[in-house]
Amino acid sequence: MKPAPFAYHRPGTVAEAVRLLAADPDAKVLAGGQSLVPLLSMRLATPSALVDLGGIPGLDAVRVDADGVRVGALARHARVLADDDAAACQPLLRLALGHVAHPTIRNRGTTVGSVVHADPAAEMPVVLRLLGGSVDVEGPAGRRTIGAADLFVGPLETSLHHDEVATSAFFPALPSGGGVAFEEIARRHGDYAMAGVAVVVRREGEQVVDVRAGFVSISDTPVVVDLTDAVARGADPGDAALASLEPTADVHATADYRAHLVRVLTRRVVGAALDDAASRSLTR
Amino acid sequence: MTTRLFGQRVPRVEDQRFLRGRGRYVDDVLVGPGTLHAAVLRSPHAHARILDIDVSEVLDLDGVHAVWTYDDLDGVMADPLPLLIPHPALTHGRTQFALARDEVNHVGEAIAFVVAEDRYVAEDAVDRIRVGYELLPPVVGIEAARAATHLVHDDVPGNVGARMEQHNGDAPAAIAAAPHTLSLDLTIERSSCQPMEGRGVVSRWDPDTSRLTVWTSTQTSTGVRGCVAARLGLDLAQVDVITPDVGGGFGVKINHPWPEELLVPMAARALGRPVKFTEDRREHFISSAHERGQVHHVEVGFDDDGRVLGLDVTFWHDHGAYTPYGLIVPIITATQLLGPYKPGAYRVRFESLFTNTVMVTPYRGAGRPQGCFVMERTIDAIAAELGLDRAAVRATNFIQPDEFPYDHGLVFQDGRELEYDSGDYPASLDKLKALIGWDDFPALKAQAAAEGRRIGIGLACYVEGTGVGPYEGAHVHVETSGKVKVAIGLTTQGQGHATVFAQIVADELGVPLEDVEVVSGDTRKMPYAVGTFASRAAVMSGSAVQLAARAVREKALRIAAEALEADVADLEIVDGLVQVRGTDAALALGTVAVLSNPLRYAFDEASKAATQFAVGDPGRPPVAEDDEPGLEARDFYSPQRATFASGMHAVIVETDPDTAEIRIVRYAVVHDCGRIINPMIVEGQIHGGVAQGVGGALYERMAYDDSGQLLNASFMDFLMPYVTEVPDTIEIDHLETPSPLNRLGIKGAGEAGVIPVSAAIAAAIEDAEGLVITAMPISPSELHALRQSKETP
Repeated sequence: MKPAPFAYHRPGTVAEAVRLLAADPDAKVLAGGQSLVPLLSMRLATPSALVDLGGIPGLDAVRVDADGVRVGALARHARVLADDDAAACQPLLRLALGHVAHPTIRNRGTTVGSVVHADPAAEMPVVLRLLGGSVDVEGPAGRRTIGAADLFVGPLETSLHHDEVATSAFFPALPSGGGVAFEEIARRHGDYAMAGVAVVVRREGEQVVDVRAGFVSISDTPVVVDLTDAVARGADPGDAALASLEPTADVHATADYRAHLVRVLTRRVVGAALDDAASRSLTR
Repeated sequence: MTTRLFGQRVPRVEDQRFLRGRGRYVDDVLVGPGTLHAAVLRSPHAHARILDIDVSEVLDLDGVHAVWTYDDLDGVMADPLPLLIPHPALTHGRTQFALARDEVNHVGEAIAFVVAEDRYVAEDAVDRIRVGYELLPPVVGIEAARAATHLVHDDVPGNVGARMEQHNGDAPAAIAAAPHTLSLDLTIERSSCQPMEGRGVVSRWDPDTSRLTVWTSTQTSTGVRGCVAARLGLDLAQVDVITPDVGGGFGVKINHPWPEELLVPMAARALGRPVKFTEDRREHFISSAHERGQVHHVEVGFDDDGRVLGLDVTFWHDHGAYTPYGLIVPIITATQLLGPYKPGAYRVRFESLFTNTVMVTPYRGAGRPQGCFVMERTIDAIAAELGLDRAAVRATNFIQPDEFPYDHGLVFQDGRELEYDSGDYPASLDKLKALIGWDDFPALKAQAAAEGRRIGIGLACYVEGTGVGPYEGAHVHVETSGKVKVAIGLTTQGQGHATVFAQIVADELGVPLEDVEVVSGDTRKMPYAVGTFASRAAVMSGSAVQLAARAVREKALRIAAEALEADVADLEIVDGLVQVRGTDAALALGTVAVLSNPLRYAFDEASKAATQFAVGDPGRPPVAEDDEPGLEARDFYSPQRATFASGMHAVIVETDPDTAEIRIVRYAVVHDCGRIINPMIVEGQIHGGVAQGVGGALYERMAYDDSGQLLNASFMDFLMPYVTEVPDTIEIDHLETPSPLNRLGIKGAGEAGVIPVSAAIAAAIEDAEGLVITAMPISPSELHALRQSKETP
């Protein structure tokens, strides 16, 4: 479990990082390293070079305003999790981050890194997709913003070009009347979930005008199912969600059990999110 | 007299080092600059013929020193590795070569051995070796092995390595005549030891003295020493094997020699440089050993009270690709399955089967968790069939306290009679029922049901033969400072040997605990030893330590009596002083040590007392004919047979009606390992055992696919329980039924905690769910499937 040889770069600016990536098609970006380093050690990834963002100043900021939370590329999960302003602005962040691995991993792993690693079993890509967030990237052609709907292409695959660096992710604020909930079921505390469900809802007065759910470990890319109509009809949200999902099997869960968990969790989490919205409007 | 330390909760003397990160494991051994590092090319295929191996690209690589394949092995190094425990029933035993000769039989089998400047380069070199394979059909799992459509070894018909039968009475006839009968099929899956420290070997050859030193993370340094000397063509006196701190063994390190334990010393000698091999986690999964995988069929006949009249068990043991450790695991299942019970008649038959998977050697419990699962599931099935209380059916079948010694009429794993020495199973059951609240549980369950919750209770009993022979020894030496040095030959991997053996010595010699230092696993200090396995260290080495310490005490009293002109009977040793009871006359034990060794030359102030003009009767030789200089003694303990510890576990679980998650609510243990040297250490062993048992019951499995690839060969997917998955509290009560077989009255405690966990948890889930559980481990996914199949049969 020793990595194959690779060159190591520690640029001082994003522009320099982009230049290094552009010059070497086999180079990879290193941020927190919590996914990449094990892959290197097991020689499942053998990049020619690592471009370590760790030396670039200013990338670790978490900025919160009325629109939402902007998380810098070097902000660790633990830092985002501890940010009370971020939690107040978009409470789903804290709910989901508490399920990201273990404290020691959250101390090193970065939220943006997790997003662009695009692991279907990871929480934060689903959160970004569900909230309709975006990622800012910088490449040789300059900066651009990729909406979450256009970001996730396949398992461990995004629409970022090889020579682009994700500099931040933006998570929109919870709108007025909104509510959120998150639950996942893992074999062991802190493991990747067998199934996880994140839900955002919005009420206008007594009326529920928006119910959407995102699913962890259920599909190759983060998928969002709109359950507004189903909830309005009084249909079971679990069955409604499952109608557009095809859970698969792995060594920890059969496809049938995953489907069952989707049904049970969606039911629970939609209910919890509606309650959350109700209690938030009461405290306002 | 100072307080007796035997039986006290003495804090472990090891923990200061371990908790501060100052343990010293094989990988920490510094054998000097210039140490080279080894890596192994392992088979990516479960079953293949090796057509050719091309290493031409390897030696070009900067930093590579040498590469070996089978063709480079000389003499006995080219022979198959030893079959450590032959048995007449093991008609088709097979062992691997240090490096595969012409066929690989599991993913992970060693093919080539590279030595380089560092492990990075060594792994780069391994990547460059090209092997041509002809793929052969793999045999994976017991079903495929039994079907024998394909063979693992061409010359082993039916994939059957061994067939064995034992019986006591005529079980089939007893079953046929019984008023009630049941048939059960019961399965336990594979798991493995997974010590935090994997295997590791460092070796240095000294060309000036022609001596080889080997540091290895083993459970038997003397065993490794014998193998290394034999395979490398060295005299035993040329080989020292040292086992430093070991980060867990749990059985996997009793198997020896591992290929690397021979290849590393071979390379060190050939290259004239120290060589190190440190196994990584993936290697541990695919190239060390697994255990537990067995399928069982039970026929049982019983009367209206649930008394077992006849028990007929047939099982199939998956021993993987090779059989270096013989039939120990299935023999233990076959015999220890009986637990605390006395069936009217018993027959057990097993087949030990080859598969193209990692080989099987004992893992903590060693066949007992399977046997216990089979017996306890059978008892639960009988209770369910008759509508009787599960605890009551157990009590009906217990061997009674006045029936010891109890001979089962079978042969145990040590080749001796399966004869229990002592025990009190009814008393254990009473304690357990009180501890868990057995009789109050139905009310709790009804209350939970009213709240929409499902809870269930289960219990399981076991008996464990511990402290098997052949022997262990100890050397106890009092220095002139009064400090006591103790050497035991077996190794230590975290059990607290340095504490408990010091307790025994401190009691015998009347010295403070902190003056006693215990070393273990170093063949330079104690070349005669067997190893640390089968819950034997306390029984075997503990007894030897006591015998040796007692001999030292006798010698000290004799010398002191002479010096103090007193009668031995009037002497006592208190706080390191030999004194005449009721007087001021006393000698420090260190001074007695001085007097024990007549000197020509004084080396310090104290030693002047032992020189020729200071002491001695000019009319007698300074050392008497039947005496030796020095205040020291060596002694050995070799019992006729094992001593049988026992225990019972009870567990309450809660299952989630929606998600099928399984949570342990309470866990209770009653444990009887005879006289307890240190209750804190015994309880620690139980805690660790239960944690491993929870892993085996709810989390761990070896997920082989049909092609023989292990799909979960990492800690990400092989689910050892975290602390969050183990009950916060394990409630423990002790019973102490002394063993009559050793002077200390002790029985082993190392493996006990793990044995009945799967059986107890299965019973509790069954109780919570109203579903029959016949296979463990069980996951939420599997429990969900069982619920589904019950709803739609």
